[in-house]
Amino acid sequence: MSRLVCFAVIQGAYNIVSKVEGAFKMAMDKYGANQPLAFPNTAYYLPVIYSILGVKIEKLADAEPVLKRCRELLPPHMSGSIHTPYLGNTLDAGMATILAEEIFEAIRYVEEPDFYLHGEDCDLENGKIWLGAADDTVFRKRGVEFVDGSAPGFAAIVGAAPNPEIAKMIAEDYQKKNLYTFMCANQSGTTFAEQLVQAGVQIGWGTRLVPFGPDISAAVFALGFANRAAMAFGGVKPGDYATMLKYNKDRIFAFINALGEVNAEWAANAGGAINWGFPTIADTDIPEILPTGICTYEHVVGNISHDHMTAKSIEVRGLKVAVTEIPIPVAYGPAFEGERVRKDDIYLECGGGKTPCFELVQIADMDAIEDGKVEVIGPDLKDVQPGNRLPLGVIVQIAGRKMQPDYEPILERQIHHLVNYAQGVMHIGQRDIAWYRIGKSAVEKGFTLEHIGKLLHAKYHQDFGAIFDKCQVTIYTDEAKVKELLPKAQAAYRTRDERVENMTDEGTETYYSCTLCQSFAPTHVCVISPERTGLCGAYNWLDCKASNEINPTGPNQPIQKGEVLDPKLGNWKGVNDFVYKASRQSVSSYNFYSIVYDPMTTCGCCECIAAVLPMCNGVMTVNRDYTGMTPSGMKFTTLAGTIGGGNVTPGFVGHSKYTVTQRKFLVGDGGLKRLVWMPKIFKEEIRERLVKRGEEIGIPNFIDMIATEENGTTEDEVYAFLEKVGHPAVTMDSILG
Amino acid sequence: MRCNMSEEKKQKPINFRDVSTCESTIQMLQKMADDGVANAFQRAADMKPCPIGADSACCKHCFMGPCRLNAKDPYSKVGVCGATIDTIGARNFARMVASGCAAHTDHGMGMVDVFREVVRGNISGYKIKDEEKLRSVAKSIDIEVEGRTAQEIATDLYEELERTYTQVEGEIPFAKRVPPKTLETWRKAGIVPRGAMREIMELMHRTHIGVDQDYENIVKQCSRTALVDGWGGSMVATEISDILFGTPKPVVAGVNMGFLKEDHVNIIVHGHEPLLFESMIAATNDPAYIEKAKAAGAKGIQLLGMCCSGAEVLARHGVPHAGNFLSVEPVIATGAVDAMAVDVQCIMQALSTVSACYNTRFFTTNPRCRIDGAIHVPFEEHHPEACTNKIVDAAIDRFQNRTAKIEIPRRKDMGVHGFSHEYINYMLGGSFRASYVPLNENIINGRIRGVAGVVGCTNPRVKQDYVHVELVKELIKNNVLVVQTGCSQIALAKAGLDKPDAAVMAGDGLREVCETVGMPPVLSLGSCVDNSRILIACSEMVRTGGLGDSIADLPVAGAAPEYMSEKAICIGQYFVASGVYTVFGVTFPVVEGTKFHKLLFEGLEEQGFGKWGFALDPYEMARMMIDHIDKKRMALGIMGERERKLFSMEDRRA
Repeated sequence: MSRLVCFAVIQGAYNIVSKVEGAFKMAMDKYGANQPLAFPNTAYYLPVIYSILGVKIEKLADAEPVLKRCRELLPPHMSGSIHTPYLGNTLDAGMATILAEEIFEAIRYVEEPDFYLHGEDCDLENGKIWLGAADDTVFRKRGVEFVDGSAPGFAAIVGAAPNPEIAKMIAEDYQKKNLYTFMCANQSGTTFAEQLVQAGVQIGWGTRLVPFGPDISAAVFALGFANRAAMAFGGVKPGDYATMLKYNKDRIFAFINALGEVNAEWAANAGGAINWGFPTIADTDIPEILPTGICTYEHVVGNISHDHMTAKSIEVRGLKVAVTEIPIPVAYGPAFEGERVRKDDIYLECGGGKTPCFELVQIADMDAIEDGKVEVIGPDLKDVQPGNRLPLGVIVQIAGRKMQPDYEPILERQIHHLVNYAQGVMHIGQRDIAWYRIGKSAVEKGFTLEHIGKLLHAKYHQDFGAIFDKCQVTIYTDEAKVKELLPKAQAAYRTRDERVENMTDEGTETYYSCTLCQSFAPTHVCVISPERTGLCGAYNWLDCKASNEINPTGPNQPIQKGEVLDPKLGNWKGVNDFVYKASRQSVSSYNFYSIVYDPMTTCGCCECIAAVLPMCNGVMTVNRDYTGMTPSGMKFTTLAGTIGGGNVTPGFVGHSKYTVTQRKFLVGDGGLKRLVWMPKIFKEEIRERLVKRGEEIGIPNFIDMIATEENGTTEDEVYAFLEKVGHPAVTMDSILG
Repeated sequence: MRCNMSEEKKQKPINFRDVSTCESTIQMLQKMADDGVANAFQRAADMKPCPIGADSACCKHCFMGPCRLNAKDPYSKVGVCGATIDTIGARNFARMVASGCAAHTDHGMGMVDVFREVVRGNISGYKIKDEEKLRSVAKSIDIEVEGRTAQEIATDLYEELERTYTQVEGEIPFAKRVPPKTLETWRKAGIVPRGAMREIMELMHRTHIGVDQDYENIVKQCSRTALVDGWGGSMVATEISDILFGTPKPVVAGVNMGFLKEDHVNIIVHGHEPLLFESMIAATNDPAYIEKAKAAGAKGIQLLGMCCSGAEVLARHGVPHAGNFLSVEPVIATGAVDAMAVDVQCIMQALSTVSACYNTRFFTTNPRCRIDGAIHVPFEEHHPEACTNKIVDAAIDRFQNRTAKIEIPRRKDMGVHGFSHEYINYMLGGSFRASYVPLNENIINGRIRGVAGVVGCTNPRVKQDYVHVELVKELIKNNVLVVQTGCSQIALAKAGLDKPDAAVMAGDGLREVCETVGMPPVLSLGSCVDNSRILIACSEMVRTGGLGDSIADLPVAGAAPEYMSEKAICIGQYFVASGVYTVFGVTFPVVEGTKFHKLLFEGLEEQGFGKWGFALDPYEMARMMIDHIDKKRMALGIMGERERKLFSMEDRRA
């Protein structure tokens, strides 16, 4: 049977490579050798070619040697009654296919610049749904979910289901399993993505249902996404194809679902994907390849019914998925976090500046509350008309022997995404700026306000069961009651903030490690102290402490910081010893408070990256959301490519947005006073805290001395600005010592 | 020249179907009988094996004897010097190891000599053909390859590999390829070879009268000497041959006498080294010679190989192979062989006589191997054409003056040959995922039960090819993947088991893997020095993981069911010392029931090595090998069905 598959793969590979050679020749004639050839906003060139061959494609002519390599990879056609082994040939033919398709798609970006939308969302009104290559902003944001496990893998769906209902069933099942679904190719012109739209399913990166393109060649975007993850988070070097593909097999749990008749070109793509360890599971009766080896288990499995498609697929890929059953009438899972409730679809809206709204988690006495009790005080959904607004107060009371007031903010912070996970419910903000939208579709399925309490109760028990015993939720929609409780909540927030603010690194003996990202970056270790939160922005010291309490052998381990080796740069013996061991002997020491001397490493999921600007005698920082050029001469994505993967890179350091206004920010190099440039959106986002820190360091107008892209994106421009405003960095000791 | 032996004395009548299963050979044996020409089958029937020699119970190491002990009651007597049966048996065994090792290492040294001359630019006829292999071999023994030219690397590699032979202390270079745990066992036992010359010399010294008279101590030096063959001389021969002539990758090629062509000038090269053959390929493809052959009335020149010379070029170039060791005399009886050129090893002296009977021009080419009655044309690497031209000229001349009646058996058997270690890597993962992982995985999950090496000669004391073929069939039926070298692989090729379709004869699991990869269930690796490829494959299986830490942990076994040479004994000993259970057929030159026998068949395994086994019957042999494989599977904890592990994020972090 394998012989038939291999025959088809080789045939398909010849078709595709020849087709791309033709397209390339036409493009050369039309645009010339120097025509830029690239996917939008990425530091990884054409990522599959870059990662596998180490070749940087920048202009059309660069593709020529790659196509030559593709041609060389094409094995002899299979003929005769006695043949030589074909598995190696098949894999090579598949690889030639993938490499050629990436060139094909890049040429399409030249030929039809508007073929793909650029961003996370589809434009349904204008009938444009295809998103093409994920740019680095999308990739990094989404990549983090693969790293931390909130997305355990992806399904690449090729073709179309027999009807939109089946498409919807499969897609929603993957959503419930937290997987991303990447869609490409068509079956007689019908695409899976369009079927989902017809069935009323929201598609786009936000709902983890990503329409890449209508042709089979768009499959390459899925592989490019995977390989960028390996380079960005796994530190795999471009051109090190063996490590790259092994990384994909071991860490990126992806697979292909071929829906509908499989032709030779699809087979060629499936053959290519086997190189990655990504198996194909089909709904048609195709020849199977069952023995293991290249993939973790089977390579090609056919004739799977649509009911069993998702379950069989994850089993074949060897993926363990924990599906949460939450007692609410709508689907639930991270894949629904990005789903929106648009204005016209709103049934009820609370907060968002329109009505008072707050959320509060508070510790309670064991005897004072009843576990699982959810009470709604005031009108519920059945009592209001569609499109109405209500005030809202969500109070969660938690009790248990291990519960501490320190854990209140941690649990409270979960409300945002836990509520968002419910299909048809949207949540923005937190504390007293929370904003809820409940969609008509959710209400139609029977969703009520009580379910907010139910889902919080269930998820808290599931995720934090180790630190508490009882959880009771009260939901207030009664205006008088909400107004009465709001000031009390605000007082609680203040007390809490002060308590955390007052913690210092010096006063704390135990720091926490975070090796959550080692699933993707095996040598990277974060160490988190009270005054240096995790560079991903997701974990502060308290989070780690709670996480350790919940899972004592998990990724957050207490570290006795031990002997102080350098108080200024932030270097401790206990920390170094831990890092050396946990980084698998690749990093022996790093400093908490310096960018110049052995700065802390990053996996690549950092929110921001700071870089030394030698001429300005200071540092700049750039957040992930800013896609423009920076005075370092590199965009965020290039910077991230330089420092990711767990390496110590003097002159650069990853950090969270919050860290900028922590007292210890780069204090070993002169502190906040060194900050000379940051993007405007970032400055505005942390304005309040930045102003406060300015006052603390005795320069109340410091915020205005920090240049943004409006003042310049080159060192020269920034320096001129610094001189003009009298920035302190200009007159400080040389940053390079 | 007397061809008809029957006049000399009465011959024991033999039924040809009792002595061979090779149809072509049987047909030619009949012809030889009709022509009254003697052959090894007949001589074996007429020559009863010396009973004392067969038990190796006789000592001729000094002239106080020869002393003859009683194999039936081995401890009843000692030699004149007091040597016990264990000492005598071990010393005799050691001499076989020394001789076998000398043959392979001298072959390897010849390759190193040529390599040196190529590197130094003194030979223009050969060049470094496989630079990738050069780099990978150099890298495997820690020679820097990054950013260096092939010339620089080759110079260092030559110097390093020369140590395999000449070094007097330390460890041979390829010891670096041995799995660490196996190497540790050797170090503990003090048997890591220093250099071939030193080990052979010491073994010869120790077995002199009145030196080493402790059989356990003698066996240690046997192991050390054998290891310098497997991991030294043979491995160097294989690697240099690949570098100079290209690493084999599968070719569809043919085996059997049917490849002789009546209307062509037929030339057969027989022996062991690739040099003569490679040059013969060049000569027979020379357009001038093809023209000359045509002018002489032939349609062209047909070059064929036999024995291990043939196995080398079968794998590398797809040159047809006319048959294994015992078919070399019968092939001449076709009358179609215009010339036969030989180099070294396994060249029966009788070929000179048989050639004369059929007017075949018979050439010796190596100064080490001259035969009374043969035409000697020295093969000299600096000017190979001086030798090969003479052979081709003589062959064309003989074609024009053919007198013998031509009868060519029709049989032609196509199969896939040339599974080098490098290709096996590629075969299992393509250019980008090349590795042994799929092999190990499918052994772990039980589709493949284990791997067996079935190798070695053919021997007129057993039915030619029969034991090889039946053993291999039985093994693959039980899901044991078989790798082969030398004359054994030719036996299986003739039986059609080197074809991918032969997978239908394999058990379900092995068949499924064969179909996935597109490979036959029997992989043909090359000549007998290419047994080193099996050692490399074993090391790679250990390195790939999941099957234990040392070669001795692997679910593998070896067999030489029809062996006849001392080289085979040496090969067997290096497999045993490397950790492989190795079963021999035909006869075993050690008295059963002695302490020495017990050491070889049991004691060595207890010390962390492999062990010897013996069986005549192919099915019994298969059972012994499978039982051993199952024992190793049991120890590895991979007996039952493997559970499907699903990976959580925690698993991925681990």
